[in-house]
Amino acid sequence: MNRPPLLPPGFERRIAWLHARFRLGSRGSAVLLIALLLVMPVAFGIHDLTTTGDLTRLGNNLVDGVSNGAIWALIALGYTMVYGIVELINFAHGEVFMIGSLVAFAFWTALGLGVATAAPLLILGLLLTLVVAALASGTLNLMIERAGYRPLRDAPKLAPLITAVGFSFILQNVGLLWIGGSQLSVPDLIGSQDALFEVAGIEVTNGDALAVLATFPLVLALTVFVSRTRLGKAMRATAQDPDAARLMGINVDTTISLTFLIGGLLAGAAGLIYALYQTTIWFLQGFTAGLIAFTAAVMGGIGNLRGAVLGGLVIGCIQQIADNRIGSEWTPAVVFAYLVLIMVVRPRGLLGEETREAG
Amino acid sequence: MSRLRAFTSNRDRVLAAAAIVAAVALPFFFETGSPFIDDAVLALTYVVMALGLNIIVGFAGLLDLGYVAFFAIGAYTMGWLGSNFFFGVNDGEGLHVLVSSPAADLPGIHVSFLIVIVVAVVFTTIAGMAIGLPTLRLRGDYIAVVTLAFGEIIGRIAANGDQIRIGGLWDATAARLPAVPEIGSEAVITRGKQGITPIDKIDLPLADPFTSLDLRSWYFVALALALIVLFVNFRLRDSRLGRAWIALREDEVAAASMGIPIVRTKLLAYGMGAAFGGVSGAFLASYLNTVNADQFQFSFSIFVLAMVIVGGLGSIWGVVLGAIALSFVNSYLIPDVLNGIPRDIGLDFDLTQLSYGIFGFLLVIVMVLRPEGLLPERRRKLEMHGVGAGETAGAGTDVEIKEEDPR
Repeated sequence: MNRPPLLPPGFERRIAWLHARFRLGSRGSAVLLIALLLVMPVAFGIHDLTTTGDLTRLGNNLVDGVSNGAIWALIALGYTMVYGIVELINFAHGEVFMIGSLVAFAFWTALGLGVATAAPLLILGLLLTLVVAALASGTLNLMIERAGYRPLRDAPKLAPLITAVGFSFILQNVGLLWIGGSQLSVPDLIGSQDALFEVAGIEVTNGDALAVLATFPLVLALTVFVSRTRLGKAMRATAQDPDAARLMGINVDTTISLTFLIGGLLAGAAGLIYALYQTTIWFLQGFTAGLIAFTAAVMGGIGNLRGAVLGGLVIGCIQQIADNRIGSEWTPAVVFAYLVLIMVVRPRGLLGEETREAG
Repeated sequence: MSRLRAFTSNRDRVLAAAAIVAAVALPFFFETGSPFIDDAVLALTYVVMALGLNIIVGFAGLLDLGYVAFFAIGAYTMGWLGSNFFFGVNDGEGLHVLVSSPAADLPGIHVSFLIVIVVAVVFTTIAGMAIGLPTLRLRGDYIAVVTLAFGEIIGRIAANGDQIRIGGLWDATAARLPAVPEIGSEAVITRGKQGITPIDKIDLPLADPFTSLDLRSWYFVALALALIVLFVNFRLRDSRLGRAWIALREDEVAAASMGIPIVRTKLLAYGMGAAFGGVSGAFLASYLNTVNADQFQFSFSIFVLAMVIVGGLGSIWGVVLGAIALSFVNSYLIPDVLNGIPRDIGLDFDLTQLSYGIFGFLLVIVMVLRPEGLLPERRRKLEMHGVGAGETAGAGTDVEIKEEDPR
């Protein structure tokens, strides 16, 4: 039987040639990726300089971008840890974050926190809310793993991915029933848009400060946990080789559960910060946030904690510039275009190592 | 030929023939405008889409979460070529190809449905291959995410396409080329969430144009499309290409070392799967009489994926069953039968709000309890349950291969 004549002869060869011709080395692809990431800031920077003569607007974009990016980084850490250990894109992770926002709002309302609450009481209440939201999301993530992923650990890899998508839809509907279909404004407890200080015309708002100041201790704690503690060591061992880890006496199932728990805790914390920062919550916020955070995780190099944080900050800036300059209705398209470009140019991301999935 | 025949037993062929006869006779048991036929038409178009997605996900094992993109492209092809959307064409005279009145008297481009189908197939095949290209080096979940990203990008373009003005550029180009009509400088590419409406009804040669009252003729066109696609699916599955897809799904490294051209095989899977989505999209645009950006959301990709999964990945009859079942759940069971239940028991919501949650729940339940689907393909059933030969048959997908990619 002959080959199907559906594609022109020599097609295969030409594609192979293209691949060989444009195959970049490790350094080449990193340079190209960084160049792609710099396109937007540089282009708009030049635009600003030629029109207004200073970089204030770009600076403001970047400040907002970093604070937004801090939230994406928290979510991206959950993706990257879970992927590192079970090679699964936890599609429901964005929704776990969304539930975190909803729990946070419900809890601080129950505590009676409002715009008028005195500062010390407010801080105490919000810390309590942080713990509750993080625990709620963490437990939820843990339960999803138990119910949906663990029974499928030996099934083909598509199977848990599909249950993940299923859970994501279920949780979206939980959110829909909980707060209704439209965006819900929540009380602006911290005066998110009020300027805290200003440097050279660049404004840093309370929201920016909160996002950055709340995120970095969490990231630091996580890094210390993973690199210094016994459980963290068990996690790294399981990520490297589950079978060998089991032979060394590590309880792989517990370790995986722990990973999901930590990922969920961070997502819940991000949920609270997001609610305070954006002052709106929505049952679909998790879908977009999840995809942006996933893009961040891939950009940094999936499985790499520092990469996820770096990716989060970079994608935050890209998203903010797109929101401000191109129009927020196009932002998802811009972010996804970057996702596709990363996949083409350097699937292993900025800091990642070459893996089987993304060679 | 005789070897192929051996795979489909006599019993299967009798069952298939009976099913086709029943499907042809079905609309005559209902009034021609009855809601049942409406649901049945939708079910058949979803069968076409699910069979297309089945080629990509079921046969070739490439998880595509952006299938809605092809629905969108097919639908917009119908919208562009069968409505007054480009009202500026030929200075408002319109452009008409093989259509009869009333479409023949209206401004805009009006092209016969049969030609639109061909154009939709061409567009979606190209789009499918274009979406496939960046995923060639990737595997597994990464493919899922890239296709999802493409689906979302297409969705965004659909929603915001009314900002993209192509008229000026088109006319400047058209002025230099012979026989290319100008479309007017105001022309954009979509009408966003307002939707392009009305869309031309199907207008076949030798027959009157369809109406929205006589649903039987729509049903027969949908049935014909579904049967053609079904036939093509069977022939593809049993062809050299189909076996290459299955080999690819089971183990890409082994398939490549056996001499299967990976690039071509993958791209053809994307292209063909996409083409079916395009056909279905063009039909659905005409049937629903609108092309609206709200139709092209991620959840629709999951809706079609759920049909494939619930029916049985890779199993053609399973996918047909899954598509019909979920389509009726969506357009009959949830809105008409079960919708009032939450209110009856004192809860403040309608079940239709939760339809995607229900599909999500179905996906989880099916995956955990019966991962091979309702009507599984024989090979996959063995894989999932590891009975006897299944131990080796399933090895390809389950065992981690630590070696580097051969390239």
